[in-house]
Amino acid sequence: MNSLTNLLGWVDARFPLTKLWKEHLSEYYAPKNFNFWYFFGSLALLVLVIQIVSGIFLTMHYKPDAALAFYSVEYIMRDVPWGWLIRYIHSTGASMFFVVVYLHMFRGLMYGSYRKPRELIWIFGMCIYLALMAEAFMGYLLPWGQMSYWGAQVIVNLFSAVPFVGADLSLWIRGDYVISDATLNRFFAFHVAAIPLVLVGLVVAHIIALHEVGSNNPDGVEIKKNKDPVTHIPLDGIPFHPYYTVKDIVGVVVFLMVFSAIVFFAPDLGGYFIEDNNFFPADPLKTPPHIAPVWYFTPFYAVLRAVPPMFGSQFPGVIAMGVAVMIICFLPWLDRSPVKSIRYRGPIYKTALALFVVSFLGLGWLGMLPVTPLYTVLSQILTTVYLGFFLLMPWYTKIDKCKPEPERVTG
Amino acid sequence: MSQNEVDRSKRRFLIAATTAVGGVAAAGVAVPFLASWLPSQRAKAAGAPVEVDISKIEPGMIVNVGWRGKPVWVVNRTKEMMDLLVKHDGKLSDPKCEVPQQPEYCKNAARSRKEHANILVAVGICTHLGCSPSEKLKAGAEGGMGDDWHGGFFCPCHGSRFDLSGRVFAGSPAPINLEIPPYKYLSDSRILVGDDSKGA
Amino acid sequence: MKKILFLASLLASTMAFASSDIHLDKAPVRLDDNASLQRGAKTFVNYCLPCHSAQAMRYNRLQDIGLTEQQIKDNLIFTGVKVGDPMTNSMNKGEAQAWFGAAPPDLSVISRSRGADWLYTYLRGFYRDETRPTGWNNVAFDKVGMPHVLYELQGEQVLHVEKHGEHETHKLMLDKPGKLTPAEYDGMAADLVNYLVFMGEPMKATRMKLGIVVLLFLGVFFVVAYMLKKEYWKDIH
Repeated sequence: MNSLTNLLGWVDARFPLTKLWKEHLSEYYAPKNFNFWYFFGSLALLVLVIQIVSGIFLTMHYKPDAALAFYSVEYIMRDVPWGWLIRYIHSTGASMFFVVVYLHMFRGLMYGSYRKPRELIWIFGMCIYLALMAEAFMGYLLPWGQMSYWGAQVIVNLFSAVPFVGADLSLWIRGDYVISDATLNRFFAFHVAAIPLVLVGLVVAHIIALHEVGSNNPDGVEIKKNKDPVTHIPLDGIPFHPYYTVKDIVGVVVFLMVFSAIVFFAPDLGGYFIEDNNFFPADPLKTPPHIAPVWYFTPFYAVLRAVPPMFGSQFPGVIAMGVAVMIICFLPWLDRSPVKSIRYRGPIYKTALALFVVSFLGLGWLGMLPVTPLYTVLSQILTTVYLGFFLLMPWYTKIDKCKPEPERVTG
Repeated sequence: MSQNEVDRSKRRFLIAATTAVGGVAAAGVAVPFLASWLPSQRAKAAGAPVEVDISKIEPGMIVNVGWRGKPVWVVNRTKEMMDLLVKHDGKLSDPKCEVPQQPEYCKNAARSRKEHANILVAVGICTHLGCSPSEKLKAGAEGGMGDDWHGGFFCPCHGSRFDLSGRVFAGSPAPINLEIPPYKYLSDSRILVGDDSKGA
Repeated sequence: MKKILFLASLLASTMAFASSDIHLDKAPVRLDDNASLQRGAKTFVNYCLPCHSAQAMRYNRLQDIGLTEQQIKDNLIFTGVKVGDPMTNSMNKGEAQAWFGAAPPDLSVISRSRGADWLYTYLRGFYRDETRPTGWNNVAFDKVGMPHVLYELQGEQVLHVEKHGEHETHKLMLDKPGKLTPAEYDGMAADLVNYLVFMGEPMKATRMKLGIVVLLFLGVFFVVAYMLKKEYWKDIH
């Protein structure tokens, strides 16, 4: 035991190991009233690790070559020992990443976690979300099935809607006149090296920013306002380790049960996590009758389709889609409510948030369906609701009848 | 926060239990990932046993067949070659083949199955650093191996010398004899390299 | 309450949709029925493999459905390849394209792209159509390029179209019987589809079995982790 202490002392004299441990775990004081919704941050970190590890092992067998890619995936599924498990872990992880991140973001919406002084945490988080979208989109090309191919074709073609430079831009992204071997290779490089590096860096920034200002909580009150006069420890704070580490282990195990149930019993989840059409090898000459992106992109895809071409250009739709994503970044400055948490907000915000959830889920559903006039009108209504939630926020949050926030956290 | 009622031994037990179960979980996850490095079905199919027709090999000649991506020599040794094999035991590192570099049924001076003792099947990879030795089958000085050469193999990389049973000469960099792969006779003239299972 | 509603709606929105214009017959897939899978494999190598490859499937994988290597060698390999080799054929893709309008697709994962019900309907859905170059059409795959390879067994069907006002009903009728009775032919198609489903994901049985072990283990893990959490959180509550 003594030699272990000595070793730790030797390391601490050269690297702030104990200091880091204390700052981020044993003496990081988190509010004691975290509820169910606070599992999803640590779960997102877990899924990131799962994706990186399983992804590294997949690259050991995958061939980023248009002639070989499709059957190299089947090679992993059949010929590589346990390859099927690693592949299903990675494909399930991709979707579960978005499940967890969407729930994590919704938690922020409910409890006002983006409000001052946590604006930068929110911005870093949004950057993670954008990087994740890029990561998922490029990764989806790699199996080189029909949905991989035509999904990439459609999305890259969106760039050609940009005025003046569009055609050249999409040509530059593809490196060919259609999605091709060149595109596959560069997407592979981005998917396995460039974007994961950015993602990890952003996650570190997200956590550093969080630990600088401290965690929000379901009551939305600042625990740092009430500190013990002697120890200066927040009265409503408890050390993250051991209390939240032991709690998060429970969350992790429950999450792994859901995750394993999908991996082992329904890896394609009825065509939502792995689309049936992606078992046809990519065929540049034959478009599948119905192209839908994977479920996590469909809300924004529906926004894209809701906006009709104007002046003979698709660009307004593309802009609308971009706005729908990017507007989330501005929440910290759109929200003018005197309180943070939904617990003390008035009926207007509660209604607005409910409408927002309905619009997001509704758009996600519509984005999977083929276009019909009725669905287009529905998409337009829901897009208006979606954008209205953000654009009208400065007004309706100000006039809302809020309840007074308590001094200390409850429960 | 009342610290007075803490049951330390219960906590210690639960931490140990969680660590143990978590350790089992980590090991369970590690197994498939580590096992994915084992040869795939494709590699196994490509490394499947190889059939060789020995009736086509003239006496004193060698054929080189690939098995699991490695050169495998099949040598049809003549009577003279066989007679010379027992005459240089003193110069060999391991004349009795004590190091298990061959299946049990090849643990003899000819290092071959008794059905056709003159047929040598050996992996043509030097046991020093993995070069493939060149054949110096003919006895005598004409191969440049010296007058007392009884025929065998010579590794060009570091000069290891082997006799016609693949046994290494003492003083060579190679520490042990060449490997004899598992093999069996499917018929009088056909060998299956890489499989010595009985039956079927 | 709200979060339950939210989760429920999330679930519902991801669970509801499957679109198809044609009526598909339900395929009686029984992956635990080795006899059926073996009959299907035999039909596959006899009738499908000459034109369609299954390049991701190795012959020795048929050991998973209860065959020995020797049985596979003796009964199912006609091309002289090794038992560890994939199911390929010598069909020239370019020529095939010229003959049928499209190269016969590889069938390794056809059950995962098309679905078992589609395949079952397709295999039983060929009918005579003189407007087609091959003389055959299919209810599941209009203007199909493939001729009816199994017609000697099934016989020849014709499509009866009945008009009821705006409504049309399509019905397949057996015009000339084949060597098999309709029930026997359906059984053969079912076996073949069963085999194709197996071939689409040969590891399915393994993953299901392993899944139960993993979930049971995680159940134990949950109990231990929950007790640990409860013990520590006594300090807080």
